[in-house]
Amino acid sequence: MRKFLILLEREMKSYFYSPIAYVVLCFFLVLTGFNAYTMISALNRGPTDITLVEAFFNNAIFWFAFIPLIPLLTMRLYSEEFKLGTIETLTTAPVNDWQVVASKFAGALLFYVVLWTPTVLYFVIFKYVTKEHAGQALGAFGGSYLLLLLMGAFYLSLGCLASVVTSNQIIAAIIALVLVVVFFFTGLLGYILGTASQGFRDFISYFSTIDHMRSFTRGLIDTRPIVFYLTMIGFFQVLTFQIFQFRKWKS
Amino acid sequence: MIKVENLSKRYAGHTAIKDLSFEVERGEIVGFLGPNGAGKSTTMKILSCFMPATGGRASVAGYDVFTQALEVRQHLGYMPENVPLYTEMRVNEYLEHRAALKGLGGKKLKMRVGEVKELTSLNDVQRKIIGTLSKGYRQRVGLADALVGEPDLLILDEPTIGLDPNQIRQVRDLIKNLGQKHTILLSTHILPEVEMTCSRVIILHKGRIEASDTPQNLLSQLRAVGNIRLEANTGADTGLEQLQKVPGIKEVTLDGGANGAEGVPAAVNGNGKAAESALPDADGYRTFNLRVEAGADPRAELFRLAVERKWTLRELARRRATLEDVFVEITHAE
Repeated sequence: MRKFLILLEREMKSYFYSPIAYVVLCFFLVLTGFNAYTMISALNRGPTDITLVEAFFNNAIFWFAFIPLIPLLTMRLYSEEFKLGTIETLTTAPVNDWQVVASKFAGALLFYVVLWTPTVLYFVIFKYVTKEHAGQALGAFGGSYLLLLLMGAFYLSLGCLASVVTSNQIIAAIIALVLVVVFFFTGLLGYILGTASQGFRDFISYFSTIDHMRSFTRGLIDTRPIVFYLTMIGFFQVLTFQIFQFRKWKS
Repeated sequence: MIKVENLSKRYAGHTAIKDLSFEVERGEIVGFLGPNGAGKSTTMKILSCFMPATGGRASVAGYDVFTQALEVRQHLGYMPENVPLYTEMRVNEYLEHRAALKGLGGKKLKMRVGEVKELTSLNDVQRKIIGTLSKGYRQRVGLADALVGEPDLLILDEPTIGLDPNQIRQVRDLIKNLGQKHTILLSTHILPEVEMTCSRVIILHKGRIEASDTPQNLLSQLRAVGNIRLEANTGADTGLEQLQKVPGIKEVTLDGGANGAEGVPAAVNGNGKAAESALPDADGYRTFNLRVEAGADPRAELFRLAVERKWTLRELARRRATLEDVFVEITHAE
C-alpha cells in the first residue's frame, strides 16, 4: 500500500509538472462553465419539467468536454515510460507490477476527479442565488456524480489499455479516442437505427452511457450500470496488466 | 552473490544468450565484456528481474530471479543502459522518490539521499530539473539511484558510455571505491575500463561465455598475442610478403600515417597480398604492425630477415598485450 501511494504521488506530480495539465484544466473549466451558463439561461426562458442537473449532464457540450478528456489524461501513462525506458528503473525497483498498474489508473482517476470537482460549485452557487434545488433531490445530485466517477473510471481504463499497447503518445491518444468514441456511439445505435426492434434497443441501452446518465440525473440510481462499469473497469485493468507484463517481457 | 546456471534467452527470431553459467562472489567487481549484441544487456535485464529467461536458472543473493523477484530487487541496484530518468523531476525529488520506492523513509531517507549525492558529487545540481542536466550528470543521477537503496549488488549497464574522458575517469574511480562495499557487475565495450576496475572479466560473444578470468590471467594466457612494431626502410619493396613468411607471424598491417605515426592502418593485409597504396614516410621508413601467434617470439627472425634484405631498422619493439588484443583474439577467432 505504501509503495502504491509513493507511485501515485509521482503520477499526480507528473500531471502537474506538464503544461498540458493546466491547458486541460482551463479548457475544461471554460467548457463546463459555458455549459452551466447556457443551461441556466435556457431554463430561465420559461417553465420546464427538467432540473439544472439533468440539463447540465445531458447535452452535447457536456459530452464534448467529457470525450476528448479521456485520451488527454491517459495518453502518456505507459507510453512515456516505454519510450523513455524508465519502465526498466520502475519495474526493477522493489514494486509489484500490479502496484504500477493500479497507481497509473488511480493517478488518472484522481486527476479526473480534480477536474470535475469545481463543477459542484455551479450547483451550489445556483442554489444560493435562486433558492431553488438544482436537482430533483440530493440523490439525483449525488447519483449523477457517482455515475460521472464510474463512467470516467471505465473510459479511463480504455485509455490505459490504449497507452500500454504503444510507445507513442500520439498513437495512444488516437487509439483511446477511437475506443471511447466507438463505445460511446454503440450506446446511440438504438436511436440512430430507426428500424431497430424494441428488444435490440433494450439490449443496447444496457451499455448506453447516454441512457445511464439520463436515468441517474433524474435520481434513478440503477444498480445494473454500476455493476456493468465496475466489471468493465476490472476487465480492462486486468487486460492492461497482462499486456504490460507481456511487453516488458518481450522488450 | 550471483549464481547463473544454463541461462538462455530466445527472442522470436534469434537466441540472445545460450546456456550461460557463471558465478559472482561477494565483493567482486566483474566486468562483462563483449561486442554489441553479445548478450550483455540481456543477461543484466534477466538478473535485475526485468524480464524472465526462456531457460535455465539464476539467483541473486540466494533468491531466485523469477520466483522471488521482489526479494531480489530489494537487494540490487540496477542502472540500465542509457540511464532512463524522469526528466521533469528535480534531482533531489527524484532521488527521494526512488529511495522511498526502495523502502526507505523518514530521517533515514534524507540521510541516505544526502550520502549518495555526496558520493556521486551531485550536490551542486541537486535542485536542477533532470531534463536540463548534461549527460555526465544524468549518468551520476542514475548511479545515485542505483546506490540509494544500499544494495548488496550493483548492476551497471554501460556506466561510462557517452561520457568525456574526464567524466569516465571520475566514474571509474567511483566504481572502484564502491567495490569496497558492494558487489558490482558492470558491462562495457571499453577495454581499459575493465582492465582498470574489474577483478574479473567475463567475455561474452554471440550469447556465450568465451573467457572468464582475472584480467592478469587473461593477459598472461595470451601474452604472445601482443603486437610487434617494426619500423624499417625496406626500399622500393613494401616487404610485406617477406614479413608474412616469417614463422610465428599471423598478420601484418602497414601503418599509413606520415612519419610513422600510429594511426588507422591505410592498408590491412589479410593473406599476404601486398598493399600498394602504403607509401614510406619522408625518410623512406615504413611502420609495420605484426600480430603474433601465441607463444611465438619472432623478433630474432625479423632481425635476420632485415639483415638479409639489407633493410635499415629503426624500431623493433614488442608491445605489451592489452585486453584489447585478448578481446580481438577471442571475438574474431573464426
